[in-house]
Amino acid sequence: MLLIECPWCGERAETEFSYGGEAGIARPPDPDVLSDAEWADYLFNRSNPRGAHRELWNHAQGCRRWFGVERDTVTYRIAGSFRLSDGSDNREG
Amino acid sequence: MKKYSAFSLIRNALSHNRKWREAWRSPEPKSDYDVIIVGGGGHGLATAYYLAKEHGIRNVAVLEKGWIGGGNTGRNTTIVRSNYLWTEASLLYEQSMKLWEGLSQDLNYNVMFSQRGVYNLGHTLQDMRDIERRVNANRLNGIDAEVVNAEQVGKAIPFINTSPDARYPILGASLQRRAGVARHDAVAWGFARAADARGVDIIEQCEVTGINREGDKVTGVETTRGTINAPRVGVVVAGNASVLAAMAGLRLPIESHPLQAFVSEPLKPVIDTVIMSNAVHGYISQSDKGELVIGAGIDAYNGYGQRGSFHTIEHTMQAIIELFPVLSRVRMLRQWGGIVDVCPDACPIISKTPVGGLYFNCGWGTGGFKATPGSGWAFAHTIAQDRPHELNAPFDLERFTTGALIDEHGAAAVAH
Amino acid sequence: MQPQRLPTGGRIDRSKPLSFRFDGRKLEGYAGDTLASALLANGVSIVGRSFKLRRPRGIVGSGAEEPNAIMQIGKGAHAQPNLRATQVELYEGLVARTTKGWPGARFDLGAINDIFGKVFSAGFYYKTFMRPKSWWHLYERFIRASAGFGRAPTETDPDHYEHRNAHCDVLIAGGGPAGLSAALAAGRAGARVILADEQDEFGGSLAGAKRNIGDAPADEWLRRTVESLAALDNVTLLPRSTVFGYYDHNFLAIAERCTDHLPEADRAGVRQRLWRVRAKQVVLAQGAFERPLAFCNNDRPGVMLASAVSQYIRRYAVRPGRRAVVFTNNDSAYETAIDLAEAGSSVVIVDSRADGAGSLGERAAKAGISVIAGHIVTDVVGRRRVRGVRVAGWSGNPSYLVESSIHIDCDLVAVSGGWSPAVHLHSHAGGRNAWDTERHCFVPGEAAQANVSAGACNGKWSLRECLREGIESGRAAASRCGFEAPEIDTPSTSEGHYNPLQPLWRVPADAEPERCPKQFLDFQNDTSVADIRLAVREGYRNVEHVKRYTALGFGTDQGKLGNIIGMAVLAECLGKSIPEVGTTTFRPAYTPVAFAVGAGESVGDLYDPVRKTAVHEWHVAAGAPMENVGQWHRPWYFPRDGEDLHAAVARECVAARQSLGIMDASTLGKIDARGRDVVEFLERIYTHNVGKMKIGRCAYGIMLGEDGMVMDDGVMARLGEQRFYLTTTTGGAANVLAWLEAWLQTEWPELEVFLTSLTDHFSTIAMVGPNSRRVLERIGCTIDLDKDSFPFMAVRDAELGGYPVQLFRVSFSGELAFEINIDSGSALEMWKTVMAAGEEFGVTPYGTETMHVLRAEKGFVIVGQDTDGSVTPVDLGMNWLLSKDKDFLGKRSLARPDCLRSDRKQLVGLLSSDNTVLPEGTQLVEAPGAPVPVPMCGHVTSSYMSACLGHPIALALVAGGRARKGETIYAALPGREPLPVTIAAPVFYDPKGERQHV
Repeated sequence: MLLIECPWCGERAETEFSYGGEAGIARPPDPDVLSDAEWADYLFNRSNPRGAHRELWNHAQGCRRWFGVERDTVTYRIAGSFRLSDGSDNREG
Repeated sequence: MKKYSAFSLIRNALSHNRKWREAWRSPEPKSDYDVIIVGGGGHGLATAYYLAKEHGIRNVAVLEKGWIGGGNTGRNTTIVRSNYLWTEASLLYEQSMKLWEGLSQDLNYNVMFSQRGVYNLGHTLQDMRDIERRVNANRLNGIDAEVVNAEQVGKAIPFINTSPDARYPILGASLQRRAGVARHDAVAWGFARAADARGVDIIEQCEVTGINREGDKVTGVETTRGTINAPRVGVVVAGNASVLAAMAGLRLPIESHPLQAFVSEPLKPVIDTVIMSNAVHGYISQSDKGELVIGAGIDAYNGYGQRGSFHTIEHTMQAIIELFPVLSRVRMLRQWGGIVDVCPDACPIISKTPVGGLYFNCGWGTGGFKATPGSGWAFAHTIAQDRPHELNAPFDLERFTTGALIDEHGAAAVAH
Repeated sequence: MQPQRLPTGGRIDRSKPLSFRFDGRKLEGYAGDTLASALLANGVSIVGRSFKLRRPRGIVGSGAEEPNAIMQIGKGAHAQPNLRATQVELYEGLVARTTKGWPGARFDLGAINDIFGKVFSAGFYYKTFMRPKSWWHLYERFIRASAGFGRAPTETDPDHYEHRNAHCDVLIAGGGPAGLSAALAAGRAGARVILADEQDEFGGSLAGAKRNIGDAPADEWLRRTVESLAALDNVTLLPRSTVFGYYDHNFLAIAERCTDHLPEADRAGVRQRLWRVRAKQVVLAQGAFERPLAFCNNDRPGVMLASAVSQYIRRYAVRPGRRAVVFTNNDSAYETAIDLAEAGSSVVIVDSRADGAGSLGERAAKAGISVIAGHIVTDVVGRRRVRGVRVAGWSGNPSYLVESSIHIDCDLVAVSGGWSPAVHLHSHAGGRNAWDTERHCFVPGEAAQANVSAGACNGKWSLRECLREGIESGRAAASRCGFEAPEIDTPSTSEGHYNPLQPLWRVPADAEPERCPKQFLDFQNDTSVADIRLAVREGYRNVEHVKRYTALGFGTDQGKLGNIIGMAVLAECLGKSIPEVGTTTFRPAYTPVAFAVGAGESVGDLYDPVRKTAVHEWHVAAGAPMENVGQWHRPWYFPRDGEDLHAAVARECVAARQSLGIMDASTLGKIDARGRDVVEFLERIYTHNVGKMKIGRCAYGIMLGEDGMVMDDGVMARLGEQRFYLTTTTGGAANVLAWLEAWLQTEWPELEVFLTSLTDHFSTIAMVGPNSRRVLERIGCTIDLDKDSFPFMAVRDAELGGYPVQLFRVSFSGELAFEINIDSGSALEMWKTVMAAGEEFGVTPYGTETMHVLRAEKGFVIVGQDTDGSVTPVDLGMNWLLSKDKDFLGKRSLARPDCLRSDRKQLVGLLSSDNTVLPEGTQLVEAPGAPVPVPMCGHVTSSYMSACLGHPIALALVAGGRARKGETIYAALPGREPLPVTIAAPVFYDPKGERQHV
């Protein structure tokens, strides 16, 4: 069971959180101009790296806030958590 | 290939078992092959076997970074069934089922395919609607399937909790009698031995580190044992699909997650069939050795660690006790995890790619083992003919662009 | 009568004799015994049979490494399969049965397998049982019947289990000399310490040891240390507690056995407890396992680990044999020889090393023990019990062949092949292991988490080193947690000098491994040296392949006994070094853990919480069967006078359409959405034009996934300029809220919107039917309810019968209907008020089934029943809900080629030709008689007998269905001729929608 640091509440057990997948996937501002393939890339394709991964977590059983975590997908070590408003905002990837 | 039989066992026993031949060679990689298969799991080995057997392509190398069958092939809960919801998926899995039914004899290697039946339990009215729908579809597709009620479930499966007072009472189930389990390691070894006998080079401890291309054509791979050339490269590496795709500059609609399982200590026979439940999230069978083989759910996070979190195991133990209260005191002997490559529609990808001569077979998620022979058979066809067989045409990468997904979440929501 | 019990000594309580049964025999032991020590005291030799060859087996070890003494303990609901006798504390009335052998372990017909042992070589089953193909299930039945050990109980577990979460600074696994020292050091520094040990008392190898620590006997040091620890408030001592798994982020799981050691009648409270511990630092001090040696017939009853022999003598005052041969390649077994001699047994030491042992050799000589140095035991004589050994001179040459020229009569062979640190937890944590070329064992390499190994677990054999490493690791762990750790002196111990171990795994014999009697590596699975060699010969060379092909290490001891020598034999076969071959992966559980421990309290009624509405008890009292919907229990129908489902639903439907029905709709998800940008936000979420909604008005809304598929639906109301009230499906409530929050926080943080779940705070009572308005008025409502003042799809705050409510004029039935939203604390009162006021109109409570019929008559869909994740709003005929003026989630996906196909499955109504109620889930085909695989053009999603219409109705998804109204297709009913059905519009009742507007 992972130990995840919520930027607002501190370290909590994984069971308090829900996972939101890869961070930094910005919704295209104007979907209509995208080709089907470009839309599919946004919709389905994921970088799914073996190693460092920036991902979203939600403190579902705590403050209900979404935030980012950088975690290694092999060692599961967490390098740190970040608020989405920190300039490391997921919209900027 | 020396044939295996009871007779050969006795003959070899008389010579103190010193004359057995190796099941497969361990050759040095050649510099050029007609086809390279990346990934020495069940699917990769099956692909090589059917390339040789069905398409006469024998100059094939299977490259495995570790030991063959060491990934999900050797880590799953061995369930084999074909009762999927959508016709596209059903027919693909049914092709696999038909191959399973003669596999031990075809490979001359006992993969212990045991058609002991699989029950998918329904606990809510909606579960039962979904079961009716799926069973009806299966029958029309020529796949054996039946709906059984709670009483029948109780009679067929001793000790299962059919009390109407259970938290999620069992209302009924679907039953596929031809479904069952097999011996996972034997599948890898059997395919390896049979492929090797047809000339395929199985090269272990050979990790692919790059995919070489000229323009939009693949030319071979870089490996920890040097460059190996081939005009056609088939990648079938399950959880590592995205990593290999990235080497070729491709992105896939795949996320890799830990999937855990555990076994009990060996017990005298207590569960004679395979029981799966979506609502009460668990699935269980008993191996021929007596261990209860139990599958847990997928861990939520992306992970290549071949391990997950303990609370996932706890939830599964709760589910198993809910289904089988008598198993409460039975003990977990060993737990482990694999890396499953999860696709958005819970269906696989068996596809050509934008790179000529490069083919991907991935996205089997939690359900790859049952598909092993069928997956290899279809992938071999796709590689040999440079076009998909009609059975795997719907499983093209293109479906994510057109939107023609085959949403099997209903049939595959529970890991299996 | 305990023939092998020594007259004095041991840590047993001779004043408390205990009687127990073993395979039906009544035997006696003492408090403080394990089942294994009691069996040995009673001279029991055969305690089991091996898995494959069914050879008679005796007790080998004294702890978790025991492969043979696998017992069924207790009976009935209390039965516990597969316990190791070495780890079962004896209690009065204990009932033990052996688990292998037919009819029993002492005499087993299955022993015939041993005669054909060469046929049953590694992996033989992969090579046979293939013909005839159809016979596999017969072969399998036979294989299954002969496999397995104990039996699962056949009754429901009567015991309770619990989970306990704990945080600590330092968790110490193992309470031997190193672990105790670590606990003392960390505890005195002030750190919060948990010390867990699998045994009933702390001490590990010290228990019963005859040596001094400082100026006191070891027992005395032990007592004082445990007392000191118990006196520290910051130290939690957990005996009978096994740390069985070391998971990510320093999370460890401990199984505590609370009552298993008590007589069944005395057990109360929690049987076993799972400690889920998050530790800042971990000290691993689980000791080491002694290794056997692989000589011929090394599995015969009476061949034991030397350390186990010592344990039985010292701790339990049991002498496992009177004439012993100690076979060793290292010094430690000399202590066993001395123990045996002191216990009055005759002893001969056979030492593979030409120059024998160090200081212990001198002590052995003083005790009059003869040592045959430079010799090896090659074979064991005796089948059901050791009767002697054959011994050969050996120069250390790793050749396969020697000549056994000496025979020694004996009834016990105490074996030591050296020691292997218990690196299990270190490995669970992700740490690798390194081969120590001096000690000839794997020792923990660099730790992967915040853990350190100390003592024998770290390859330190001497007591002084164990004490010192314990103290150091405890201090270091405490100081890494920020505590100032005082210096503690390592107590003095007398240590002699040791001669190095001689690497020896497979013991040379008079013939090659294939021709000589079997040399066992994994006793439980009958894996022998010849099996490893066969695997290698057949190309199974990776250690994992060898393990899987030969079953080495797959037993219930998880290879604790035989894995290392197995790997050494493999290395020898491959001509590689042991570290090159490596180990298989160590996986939890360290020792087996009951499912119930993992499950904890969450079984039975607590398996998943039941959510109940505020009116639930009323429904129960009214006799309504419940339907599980998500976590909710919802009344399904309200039978009267023995009605079945169909009769009750028919009556309820008619009542609602003709007069007044009442339904508890409280389970619908309710979300308050407000804030500056709430309109903009909801515009992006919902498909319709939210901004055009007027205050005080409701709208039906759907939301799509980004893939364009319908995700959820519900009525929403605009309560203010910047305030909305959203409802969701019962099952979707939590998901929808999470979904909205995710978009708001991760994608559109610039929008100021606040979302609050109101699902539990408010209850919803639906009043349905032409008399609903009249009854509301009778109850007393502060607003005008007539058609013009309070039109269809309006919402108002009001007082109803004196209660503040939010009144909605919405309808999920097509009738004149109102939904009363009321504080849950008053909901039951309001329900009763409506029931009383409606009595003269025959007010009829109805459940989910009638709700489904009423809505299906109107063609209203249930998301999740009429949709399945592959259905777009266009498929449902909801184009009118899709705004062309704005973007919304999922909109782009609707323009993908597959979503534009005209032959997509679309929602239609179906009428059967012969008034059959089509089973839900029925598949539809174009024509009867098509060959398999039969193409399917759709399926029935909802189907009911409509009492109000007098005929069955169904909703279905049919390919291109909307354009095919009036056409006939066929329902493929199992076991029946395909039934013609007619495609119709999905609205069967009041198609113009007049009734809800009155």
